[in-house]
Amino acid sequence: MAVIRRRRSPQLFSSRPAGALRTFLLVAASIALMIYDHQSGGLRRMHSALSTLVYPVQAVVNVPHALLLWAEDKFAAHVALVRDNDDLRQRLGIAQAQLQQFAALEQENNRLRGLMQATARVPGRISAAEILAADLDPFRHLVVIDKGSGDGVYPGQTVLDANGIMGQVERADPFEAEVTLISDPSQAIQVEVNRTGLRTLAVGSADLEQLSLPYVTNDSDIKIGDLVVTSGLGGHYPAGYPVGTVIKFERNPAEPFATVAVHTTADLSHGHEVLLYWPPTPLPQVTLPRKEAAPAGQPANTGKKGARKKKP
Amino acid sequence: MRDLSPPRSVWVIAASYLAALVLTIWPLPQWAEMFRPVWVVLVTVYWCLWLPHRIGVVTAFVAGLLLDALTGTLLGEHALALVLVAWTTLWLHLQVRVFPWWQQCFVVLCIMLVYSFVLFWVDGMLGYTVGAGLRWVPAVVSALLWPWILSVLTRLQHRYQVS
Repeated sequence: MAVIRRRRSPQLFSSRPAGALRTFLLVAASIALMIYDHQSGGLRRMHSALSTLVYPVQAVVNVPHALLLWAEDKFAAHVALVRDNDDLRQRLGIAQAQLQQFAALEQENNRLRGLMQATARVPGRISAAEILAADLDPFRHLVVIDKGSGDGVYPGQTVLDANGIMGQVERADPFEAEVTLISDPSQAIQVEVNRTGLRTLAVGSADLEQLSLPYVTNDSDIKIGDLVVTSGLGGHYPAGYPVGTVIKFERNPAEPFATVAVHTTADLSHGHEVLLYWPPTPLPQVTLPRKEAAPAGQPANTGKKGARKKKP
Repeated sequence: MRDLSPPRSVWVIAASYLAALVLTIWPLPQWAEMFRPVWVVLVTVYWCLWLPHRIGVVTAFVAGLLLDALTGTLLGEHALALVLVAWTTLWLHLQVRVFPWWQQCFVVLCIMLVYSFVLFWVDGMLGYTVGAGLRWVPAVVSALLWPWILSVLTRLQHRYQVS
C-alpha cells in the first residue's frame, strides 16, 4: 500500500477519487436501505444485529451514570434513607387510601358501563424498566430502555411513568428497546380533555415535555390547567391515562383553530425509570401487525415503584 | 521500521471510531445537546485526509450504519451522508493537507454543511422539520474543534505510527 502511495503523481485533485464506481454503489446502497427501511419497516433482523453490535457502546456510556446511582445508593446517609423511607411509606399510604376508593369506583364504573352496554375497562399488566443514559439524535425524542424483545417488549407498546404516558416502543431488540416519546415531532396521540370530554389529537413539538393540540376550534371550552388524558381511540394507547395539562390556550380569531400547548405530566427529561404496559387482551394491531404483539411473557415485576399493588 | 504491522493501525483507527461513537451518545444536558460536535465525521475526515489509501468510502459506510443503529435513525441515513463526506474529503485531500489550519477549518465547515444538509434533506422527506433552523450549529462547532482534533489525532497517529 505504501508503495502505491509513493508512486502517486503530485496533482492537486486526485484523478480517481476513491473509485467513483464504489462511491456510487455505496450511495445507491444507502438510498436503497433507507427506502426499504422506511417503506416496509423491513430489515428488522439487520437492525437487531447492528443494535446488538453497538450495544457495548451504549453500555459503556451508561457506566458512569450507573456508578453514580450505585454510589448514591451505597453511600446515602442513614438519616436520608430513613427520611426517604418515611416519605415513601407516607406516599404509599395515601396512594393505597386512594386505591381503596378506586376499587369501588372501578366496580361502579364497570356496572354502569354494563348498563350502557359498553365494554368494561380491564386494567393491563405493568412492569418496570430503566432508561439507559444515552443521547440519541438531538432532533428526535428517543430513549433507550434496558428491556427488549427478550422480556416481551413489542413495537407499539405503551410506555408510562408514574405520572402519565411517556411514549411508545419504536423498536424492540433482544436486549433493549427504543422508545419514541410522545413529544417527538412525529408522534400524535388520541386524547380527550378530562373535564369536558372534548376529543382531539395531541402532537409532538420541538420542545421536550410539550405537546400541542392543533385541531381545537376557537370556541372550545378549554381552561389553563385542564388535564388531558388518553381517549383510547385508535386502539394504540390505553384509555384514561394522563398525558398532560394545558398551559396555554390562545384563541386566534383569524384562524380556524386555537393555539393550545400541553405540558406532559410524565417526566420526559429527567426520569430514569419507566413502566411498560401490556394490554389485558391484544389490542387490535392495525398499524403494527407484528408477530410478537401477543402479551405472552414473563409475569409482572412488582418489585419496583409504581407497580400495581393489590393489598387490602 | 517503515512497514508496520497493519493490525495495530487497524486497532488505533477502530479505537478512534469507537471513541467518536461513545462521544456521540454521551449524555449531555438538554441545552448542550445542540452544540454536540459531529465526532464521527471529524474522525472520518481526518483519516481520509491522512490515510486515504486505508480509509475511504467503505469505512465511512460501515461507520454510518453503526451510527444509524446507535442513534435510531433510518438505516442508511448517516451512511449516505458519511459516504459523501468521505468521497469529498478524498477528492480534496491532497490540497487540504497543505492548507494552514484555519483554511482547513473552513474546508471542514463546508464538508460538515454537506453532511448536515444530507441529514436535513432525508429528515425533511420523513417529516422531521422541527429544529431545522439549528442544523448548522453542530457543523460550526465541529469546524471550530478541527484544530484540536487535528493535533490529538496527529499525535496519536505518530505515537502509534499508524500508516
